[in-house]
Amino acid sequence: MKEHIKSYLLQPINSAPLAVFRIGFGIMMFLSIIRFWSNGWIEKLYLEPKFHFSYYGFEWVKPLGNITYLIFFICGLSALFVALGWKYKWAIVTFFLSFTYIELMDKTTYLNHYYFISVVSFVLIFLPAGRRFSIDNYAFSKANKKPLPHSIPRWTILSLKVLISIVYFYAGLAKINSDWLLRAMPLKIWLKSKYDLAFIGENLMQQDWFYYAMSWSGMLYDLTIPFLLLYKRTRWFAYILVIIFHVFTRVLFPIGMFPYVMIVSALIFFDASFHEQVLALIKNIIPEKIKHWIKPKPISYKPSRVNLIIVSTVIAIQLLLPFRHLLYPGELFWHEQGFRFSWRVMLIEKVGYTSFKVVDKKSGESFMVDNTDFLSSFQIKQMSFQPDFILEYAHFLEDHFTKQGHSNIAIYVDSYVALNGRRSTRFIDPEIDLTKEKESFKNKNWIIPFNDEIKGL
Amino acid sequence: MRKIGILFITMIAFISCDSSDDSSDNGNQNNFDRSGMMTNIADNLIIPAFTDLNNDLATLENEIASFSTSPDLAGLNATRTAWLNAYTTWQYVEMYNIGKAEEVQLAFKMNVYPTNVTDIQNNILDGNADLNAVNNNDAVGFPAVEYMIYGTGNDDQEIIDFYSTDSNASLNKQYLIDLSAAMKSLTQEVLDDWNNGFRDSFVNSTENTATSALNRLVNDFIFYYEKGLRANKIGIPAGIFSSSSLPDRVEGLYSEVYSKQLATTALNAVRQFFTGQHYNSSTTGLSLSDYVTASETDANNSLSTEISNQFETAQNQLSTLDANLSSQVNTNNTAMLQTYDELQRAVVLLKVDMLQLLNINVDYVDADGD
Repeated sequence: MKEHIKSYLLQPINSAPLAVFRIGFGIMMFLSIIRFWSNGWIEKLYLEPKFHFSYYGFEWVKPLGNITYLIFFICGLSALFVALGWKYKWAIVTFFLSFTYIELMDKTTYLNHYYFISVVSFVLIFLPAGRRFSIDNYAFSKANKKPLPHSIPRWTILSLKVLISIVYFYAGLAKINSDWLLRAMPLKIWLKSKYDLAFIGENLMQQDWFYYAMSWSGMLYDLTIPFLLLYKRTRWFAYILVIIFHVFTRVLFPIGMFPYVMIVSALIFFDASFHEQVLALIKNIIPEKIKHWIKPKPISYKPSRVNLIIVSTVIAIQLLLPFRHLLYPGELFWHEQGFRFSWRVMLIEKVGYTSFKVVDKKSGESFMVDNTDFLSSFQIKQMSFQPDFILEYAHFLEDHFTKQGHSNIAIYVDSYVALNGRRSTRFIDPEIDLTKEKESFKNKNWIIPFNDEIKGL
Repeated sequence: MRKIGILFITMIAFISCDSSDDSSDNGNQNNFDRSGMMTNIADNLIIPAFTDLNNDLATLENEIASFSTSPDLAGLNATRTAWLNAYTTWQYVEMYNIGKAEEVQLAFKMNVYPTNVTDIQNNILDGNADLNAVNNNDAVGFPAVEYMIYGTGNDDQEIIDFYSTDSNASLNKQYLIDLSAAMKSLTQEVLDDWNNGFRDSFVNSTENTATSALNRLVNDFIFYYEKGLRANKIGIPAGIFSSSSLPDRVEGLYSEVYSKQLATTALNAVRQFFTGQHYNSSTTGLSLSDYVTASETDANNSLSTEISNQFETAQNQLSTLDANLSSQVNTNNTAMLQTYDELQRAVVLLKVDMLQLLNINVDYVDADGD
């Protein structure tokens, strides 16, 4: 049995899908960085705010003033190098590090698809994606070294398929809950507010049945699409669904490049023959002069066992990490402990209002903080309903006002949150002095429990 | 494949039948007439209020002109009455920081308080100060006029002397005249813009985008309620945002007795906006309240009713205060704090519950709903 698995995983297969994936991934990332930059988001998100919310354990990762531009430049450039397959190893390591650094600078901007990109780029470090249809390949042939291999072990491409499948399948599992399926929330709120869409805004988007149809089909889509993509006979049908689904979400929601990234990534499920055609197509648009790059002789490739172990470990973590919320009592959507990094996408509509009261414990004098003095509107929005943000900001305020000469400060919050269309209720215990609470993986018992029940996974 | 298809269709059918049962109470949620709401707000609230303000300021200009010609008690009192009338009307327009009003920063040029007496004195001596300059925002507008007609002497006679026998009397008169002229001309500019095309683009700009007039209006309204009304008029003097109370931060500091009246008028304006009540009339039209009602999913727990009730509670609490909020802070600040708390409760309803329900788009950044 073990031998059987081993030979299955190590079986040499055509490397074309991995080459196409690398090219697609590199181009998408390059465009993402350009888009981010040209939207002015570097200034808006990383340079203008006075304070940045850090991930637990990564407090040392901060925007670096104007050097932040350099990080984005390096990130974009390395993405381009990845696409070209030029110094691939260096390029993908640089991309992973710079991209992940950017994401760690401020968790206000956390998006599941950014996390997905970090995970994929980390895995790509250990895959031989630069060995086909690349400048590296050309350089090697030129120097009369051994040409790089044409075939790669099966596990390399399989690991990417598994990663993408996890994203969909876990997103589908997370949708099996009473809010999503029985109340059509939060889609009801979101779709209803798309009244300004052409043709469908004033009719389809206002129909109750449509919210339920979208909720249920979204859940079924996420759960089944990995299998439909894996199974050859349904693959084309599945891929058309992928395109329809993601284009639709692109029209409806401000989710940036994510739909395109997924549409391109899902190509990995197609057979090598398809990818050979893609490569041939690209070859056709490459000038005649440099065409001979792309014709190395196939030779056998001995894969590194260490790489396989590392990639397997990443996948194991991906399988387990989304379930860590089970270690916390109460409603996950409410307290959000274990919510991030678990492919819970588009699941909750939350609005909060949180204001901070600074009390001088000696004199008993107190004042409320104007959050706009320290945070951007986007930061205020995100902070207001996420407990770890609230705590981190409270500690920042403690430091700030201590430096200003106040001593013996206590900080209390007045916090209200509304979840998925429910009426707002108090979110944080107003009697708790947040300066006494420390960030940790322990349950935050100062969050007032959710006063309703959401059944499901 | 076919099985999945059948399963899918069955589920959709099942759910849509099921859902039609509980949605019977919100059948009319669809296709709320947003443009109709904007039309009502523009034609029956905003433009009439700006028109009235413009007339009030014209009156103020006239009174100041005749007071300047012959400074006497009757002229001073007439000026004060005209000032109070215009200031009262101003409470109905301050929240509409949109279009030309935003462009010329109307609110910053009309109602920054406390006014800066030193700046005013320097401007008077200067004789030629640019009243539109940003650094003069705290030396112009209603609070500056108020200082000029209430704060430049210990009694009415001293104030009249300030414009007649004072060594700088003519400069003093000129500053008062300039102040009212600047206010009038800004208001005229904003009103003209409303009457010349802006109204039409306003009523039709109802998309759900960060820049549509509808979303801007709702955001302006909430911002005004939170900052201009709740914080500036009550919270800051009561010491909510500082270690101790700041009784000299009230609106209407120099006239002393109008601070509560102005706050009451402002809250009334907020309530009339919310319910679509026409300016200076008891008639109502399509309003934000109707929009909230149309978007609600639970008819038994109406958010628009709760917001209206909370406004009323706050209004009742406000009415218990002393006419002079500054002395209210000094004698019994607890009552001020209670008023603040009631105003604050409505902030949560507006910013959390209402914004979630309407899903108003405020900022353009990628978000996957976390």
